[in-house]
Amino acid sequence: MATILDVRNLTTKFYTLEGVVNAVNGVSFDLNKGETLAIVGESGSGKSVTMMSILGLIPTPPGKVEQGEAIFHRAQGACNLLELSPKQMRDVRGGQIGFVFQDPISTLNPVLTVGEQISESLTRHMGMTKFQARERALELLNDVGIPDPELRYGCYPFQLSGGMRQRVVIAIAIACDPQIIIADEPTTALDVTIQAQVIDLFKKLRERLGVTIIWITHDLGVVAGLAHRVLVMYGGRPVEIAQLYDLYEHPSHPYTVGLLGALPRLDKREARRLVSIEGTPPDLLVPLKHCPFAWRCKYAFPRCWQAIPPLITIEALHQIACFYDLEKGAPRDE
Amino acid sequence: MNNSETLVRVIELKKYFLIGGGLLGKQHRQVKAVDGVTFDIQHGETLGLVGESGCGKSTTGRAILQLYTPTSGLVYLGKDELTTMKSADLRRLRTKMQMVFQDPYASLNPRHSVQKIIGEPLAIHGLMQGKELHERVAELLTLVGLEPAYMSRFPHEFSGGQRQRIMIARALSLNPDFLVCDEPISALDVSIQAQVVNLLQRLQEQLGLTYLFIAHDLSMVKHISHRIAVMYLGKIMEMAESDALFEQPLHPYTQSLISAVPIPNPRLEEKRRKIILKGEPPSPANPPKGCVFHPRCIQAVAECGEVVPEFREIHPGHSVACLLAR
Amino acid sequence: MEGNSMAAGADNLLDVKQTFWDRLRYFSLFLKRDTSGIIGLTLFGIVVFAALFAPVITQYDPLDQNLADSKLPPSWTAGGTRDHPLGTDNLGRDLYSRIIYGARVSLTVGFIGVIIALSLGVLIGAFAGYIGGKFDAIIMAPINLVLSLPYMLFVVFVASVLGRSLFNVIMIFGITNAPIFARVTRGEVIRIRETAYVESAVCAGARWWRIIFDHILPNLIGPLITLATFEVSAMIFYEAGLGFIGLSVPPQVPSWGNMLAAGRLYLTSYPWIATFPGVAIMFASMGMNLVGDWLRDVLDPRLRRSRK
Repeated sequence: MATILDVRNLTTKFYTLEGVVNAVNGVSFDLNKGETLAIVGESGSGKSVTMMSILGLIPTPPGKVEQGEAIFHRAQGACNLLELSPKQMRDVRGGQIGFVFQDPISTLNPVLTVGEQISESLTRHMGMTKFQARERALELLNDVGIPDPELRYGCYPFQLSGGMRQRVVIAIAIACDPQIIIADEPTTALDVTIQAQVIDLFKKLRERLGVTIIWITHDLGVVAGLAHRVLVMYGGRPVEIAQLYDLYEHPSHPYTVGLLGALPRLDKREARRLVSIEGTPPDLLVPLKHCPFAWRCKYAFPRCWQAIPPLITIEALHQIACFYDLEKGAPRDE
Repeated sequence: MNNSETLVRVIELKKYFLIGGGLLGKQHRQVKAVDGVTFDIQHGETLGLVGESGCGKSTTGRAILQLYTPTSGLVYLGKDELTTMKSADLRRLRTKMQMVFQDPYASLNPRHSVQKIIGEPLAIHGLMQGKELHERVAELLTLVGLEPAYMSRFPHEFSGGQRQRIMIARALSLNPDFLVCDEPISALDVSIQAQVVNLLQRLQEQLGLTYLFIAHDLSMVKHISHRIAVMYLGKIMEMAESDALFEQPLHPYTQSLISAVPIPNPRLEEKRRKIILKGEPPSPANPPKGCVFHPRCIQAVAECGEVVPEFREIHPGHSVACLLAR
Repeated sequence: MEGNSMAAGADNLLDVKQTFWDRLRYFSLFLKRDTSGIIGLTLFGIVVFAALFAPVITQYDPLDQNLADSKLPPSWTAGGTRDHPLGTDNLGRDLYSRIIYGARVSLTVGFIGVIIALSLGVLIGAFAGYIGGKFDAIIMAPINLVLSLPYMLFVVFVASVLGRSLFNVIMIFGITNAPIFARVTRGEVIRIRETAYVESAVCAGARWWRIIFDHILPNLIGPLITLATFEVSAMIFYEAGLGFIGLSVPPQVPSWGNMLAAGRLYLTSYPWIATFPGVAIMFASMGMNLVGDWLRDVLDPRLRRSRK
């Protein structure tokens, strides 16, 4: 599998009045062409900030991408996204990398019609004329399942429902045939039945266009139906990376295990209590010299407090950052 | 307290909102947020009320507690009928019924200390003051798993999960019998949701509480509820015991809702056939004629657009509002 | 205990003991960024100091005329004397003393005017916002009408009818600025009324007086303090304006506006007579304005600062 995006040691900090927020601490991962990688984490895990750093969307005071590289192996040749100028980044965003964010009402411009917003992307990145862009935009509206595209082209975002708006955002994202689509919690704000529609749409588009997708979410149910590989983040670091089935059937990091145990499930007869993870997500103001999960971990032992566990490979395509071996029930040999 | 006694009875509850007013007050449209809802809740039971946005579940919860005045219908808490009560009597009855609100970041007064927040209901009803109140607040904080010392702090110093616990402590301060939980965990992280739900369950056992649990997360509702009612556009579509609802959903909406819920099991997800509904939920200001669900229903027949289906019991304890259910 | 895991080290910053020095350092971080606030406070502080200690720090009676010594320039120029550090005006009165005493007039107008405007405005606005409906519409109609009038024109008209006195000036500003307080209060009351914590209070059985005093008023303080500081600054400025056209306090009373009026005729020949009061007005007005800006930044995010 060809690698399309290679992220190494990404570190991003925010310099605020209250101190330095260590949002992303040394994140490394590969993205393979054509796959759907899910990045899973709760608030404060750094999943969104990672993507914003790659896309050059971090407001630079107070944020700063301190180090790292994001090599994008695009059709025209590889480049390091973190080294591009703002202008070059603007060309990449929307053109070669499409994105879908959580709340469509804040992604869409309220004073432009949805058709204009799609066309705008087309004329800017694909060099189409207004007429060509309009034709293509109508096609796209149809592709994303919006009924009556001629009518909807002239609608403003507030005239559409949440599900429709998100479809428009998806249309803008795929308009320029991007090589990667980054979706940050695209269905979290939607009702369950609309979410199912939107996920179904993504699957169809994925099949037709063969696009690589990064899907950021906290919902392990959605991930199970959509992803090929999963990256679990905690405290600004990756703690487990695995193939889909491996993650759900052999979770090897205590956080992943805890997360899966905390979910109520429709497919199982319920135990009387959900297994909750005690404590709260970490405060990123404190720079950590130890495992960020140690406070909440049932298996923590002295080594966990002495150093940050590195990402190691425990099986084929399965990496974790933990000093403890869950299968053995004892600290890992190093 | 007889445990199989009915604590809450809701009969044909309706809440319509009038919209489109001006200085002259001419209001010409009605939003039928809740349009004829009927159910009972037994002592010590959790009834889950589930549905998507706009279905009227939150409005139902508020209408039961008389935070909204119902347009019509009856609400019984024990022997007392709430809609026709005088405000002084109703206020006294508030000690028996309370609400846990959805957004932990908005439901605590940022200017009040935790002690003031938790102690306010007791102060309002003049039940305790001074040292006694202080001890009761400490007791409540411990009950929900927080340090008593936290009572001198302010809401902004706490995380979402902790704030929700403070909210629960406040709701419990008057020793109510009935709690309406309006999406109490939607704003929380997944690992914290489990903590709060476990807490609610423990408290139910410990204190014999009765819950109306309003949420849109079907998996969580199934986990915590004994019985579940599914709402759509102001009406109840189906109501049954939790397991029965999921093993044999009779209403097409329930069927598609259940099939749409993502399950964290990749093998299952691969095999599942999801019933994808067409279109969008209609606006409650303009509900469809006949069965409110029929425009999006794949099983709908001509009659569904004309007759409002009766909510009737198909199996013991399992009721549906659908012409085709047998 | 659920939700309570204390391994080595604190789980959240709640449990880290904050020493006095930590809090001081935290506070000074704010102060460092808020230099404009410090400048504002200093400027305005000078004005307050001047008003309070006027008799102690001046040598001459501000009303003392001495035509022999009239139109003397400031002490650092040729022809000036140490006795009159800022020179004298056209009637031989010491400018320095008049400016110091003028601070009293400005501050009196500013503070008492704001107190009147705030009391009236908050009362009206709170009722309109809380009760709502037709009552709200009826009350706010005249308020909005007054707000839409050209302010200075209206004030000048009323002042010329009523005549010159400190009392009149304070009353005029107090009443004509009440509408802005009413409007802001009404908006905030409506916003707070819709919050979840007020709904929670209603659910617990609270009656209207508890809701207003315990929930609404405490949350009003922030925006109102900010507005009040801006209004003090504005009133100082307006008093100067009125004085300049001769409608403020009686002419011999040392007010900065009056001094501007007196100095107007001599702008080209003896410019200091009008310049120094002008600088004083700028100090006071701008100072309070900067304080208002700073307060607005400090009060707002402070309330919303949260750990998660």
